[in-house]
Amino acid sequence: MARDRTSLADPEAPVDEQTAEPASLLPAARPPGRELLPPVEHERTLNDWGRSERVEGFMDATLYEFFYRYWFRVEVEGIENVPADGGALLVSNHAGALPPDAAMIAKAVHEEHPRPRDVYLTVEHFFKGYPGFSMLIPKIGGVAAHPANVHRLLYDEEQLVLVFPEGRKGTEKLYKDRYRLRRFGRGGFVEAAMRAEAKLVPLALVGAEEAMPVFAQVEPLRRLTGLIYFPITPTFPWLGPLGMLAYLPAKFKIRFLEPIDTVALGGREAANDRALVQTVAQEIRARIQESLHDMLGKRKSVWFG
Amino acid sequence: MTRRILIAGISTYWGGRLAQALEGFEEVEAIIGIDSVEPRRELERTEFVKVTNQHSLLSRIVRAAEIDTVVDSRLTVNSVTDRPRSAHDNNVIGTMNIVTACAGSDSPVRKFIFKSSTHYYGSEQDDPAFFLEAMRRPHTPRTPLERDIGEAEGAVAEFAEKHPGVEVTVLRCANVLGPDVDTAFTRMFALPVVPMVLGFDPRLQFVHEDDVVYALEHCVFHETPGIYNVAADGVLALSEAISLLGKRPAPVLPPWGAGLLAGPLRNLGFRIPSEMLNLLRFGRGVDNRRFQATGFRYSHTSREAVAKFGHHLRVDPVMRGVDEGFTYEREVEEFLRWSPHVRRERRSEGVEADHEPLGI
Repeated sequence: MARDRTSLADPEAPVDEQTAEPASLLPAARPPGRELLPPVEHERTLNDWGRSERVEGFMDATLYEFFYRYWFRVEVEGIENVPADGGALLVSNHAGALPPDAAMIAKAVHEEHPRPRDVYLTVEHFFKGYPGFSMLIPKIGGVAAHPANVHRLLYDEEQLVLVFPEGRKGTEKLYKDRYRLRRFGRGGFVEAAMRAEAKLVPLALVGAEEAMPVFAQVEPLRRLTGLIYFPITPTFPWLGPLGMLAYLPAKFKIRFLEPIDTVALGGREAANDRALVQTVAQEIRARIQESLHDMLGKRKSVWFG
Repeated sequence: MTRRILIAGISTYWGGRLAQALEGFEEVEAIIGIDSVEPRRELERTEFVKVTNQHSLLSRIVRAAEIDTVVDSRLTVNSVTDRPRSAHDNNVIGTMNIVTACAGSDSPVRKFIFKSSTHYYGSEQDDPAFFLEAMRRPHTPRTPLERDIGEAEGAVAEFAEKHPGVEVTVLRCANVLGPDVDTAFTRMFALPVVPMVLGFDPRLQFVHEDDVVYALEHCVFHETPGIYNVAADGVLALSEAISLLGKRPAPVLPPWGAGLLAGPLRNLGFRIPSEMLNLLRFGRGVDNRRFQATGFRYSHTSREAVAKFGHHLRVDPVMRGVDEGFTYEREVEEFLRWSPHVRRERRSEGVEADHEPLGI
């Protein structure tokens, strides 16, 4: 079963002491630089993360396009806050039983940014063990939220990575708690960004909470099915698994906030400073919450924005 | 500087290949190969000593021949071809004996190279996408084979700790593909349809057999202390690899309980090594940059290794039987090496002509 790993902190943390061995053979330093990363093989349609141009292109042209343009009618503010190059960690609020927000944020960067970039989505380890999902998720840009993965993407490959620090706590929450940010873990995402000296870009997304409101969580059924949760939504479980894809046509608004430069915060050396990491995480959480309040205050209709 | 090299496991595929490669180097003064069975490859000047894993005997050989470099290529990484008991004897007890033979203040050994496997890392749901050498196994090993590999590496690490004067290299090799080598993946890919676990498409990394030989050779001649992953550039999805082979995938293994199914399947003659079961669901990728930083370059990417293997699979049925196998006959070898009637000058010229030193 999936372990709840909320920390993105140390990419090399030894997890199990039982297999510990004398450390003398272990390299102290990080792996050598970016210049030794494998070159892109143009004959391939998959990259080393398992991301597939073909599958993603197909999804992008059909499902995402439909949801982005016609169903959620996504509106984007502050796209200039997403850096045009270099690694950056996008930090977002999270909602919806099968969250539509990740795909919409990735699509927004693709559509609105002057230099469209791919966004890697960090997902729970749970999905890697679930047949079907395990096949699909890497193909559309999902990467398990392991600290080493985030570090490689941000530092070595200088990619955009999207993280939901609320994690499962965000998607589990009920409709009555909408737009109230959950705890931000232990701030592991800040630590990961500082270690990689990548920018942190907070963003606020309005609409996902109403697109798939969760009215209740049924614990016994969750245990029975072995899912990470068993929500009651307007369409699930009534329409079966398909109900997971039946979103209500809420209006989506995405606001990218001003990036935070982790180098100015002290960069890699300061990544071990727990107090600083917690402070930055709280600061980001406060800024997202503040923008959510601001955006909700300006919103006249859930469906028309 | 001349080198005197001992290859443990000369009769394994890797031992034989490495000895053949090293014979072409003039600075290699002596190559001694030890194993408990006869070599399966034709060797020109490598001296074969048949010996079981007894460290007192090994220790005498090492000291008598003034060996400065020991290459241990014995590790078996397939639980189907080797029974668990013999694999344990070979992987754990054997490694401990060889390490013990090289130990001691009077030991002439200055370099110890150990061929290990990326099975060391295992394959689990919450693994990182690319294992670094510094990462430990996140979970306790599930299969006897993986446990043994961990123990063998532990013995080597302990040796390195106690003998700071000896340069110890551990090479963790990814799944090897190639025309000659026999691994779980070469067998699986040779099937008419390639089995997959339903609903899973694992990321797998491969390395061409020649690259593993080059890597061992590289370590013999270069300064390479520490642990290195040996895996070609590029991590392929299994479905991608199957289409490169020009084969069809058959998602016949159930997502759960494949371990239970493995028993009946084994009785039917269709054997899946237990260490492969998780690999076929979760896959494994490793970071190969550290070894490249020592100056090594791979001749094949993962994709090229798979494509080339696919080519071999198509050509092999036509070519089979053309090349006769080699059988070791002690009397013949001794005659060729030591008889005054064999003209060695000409033979050694011939050796130089057709043995191009492998690229390093």
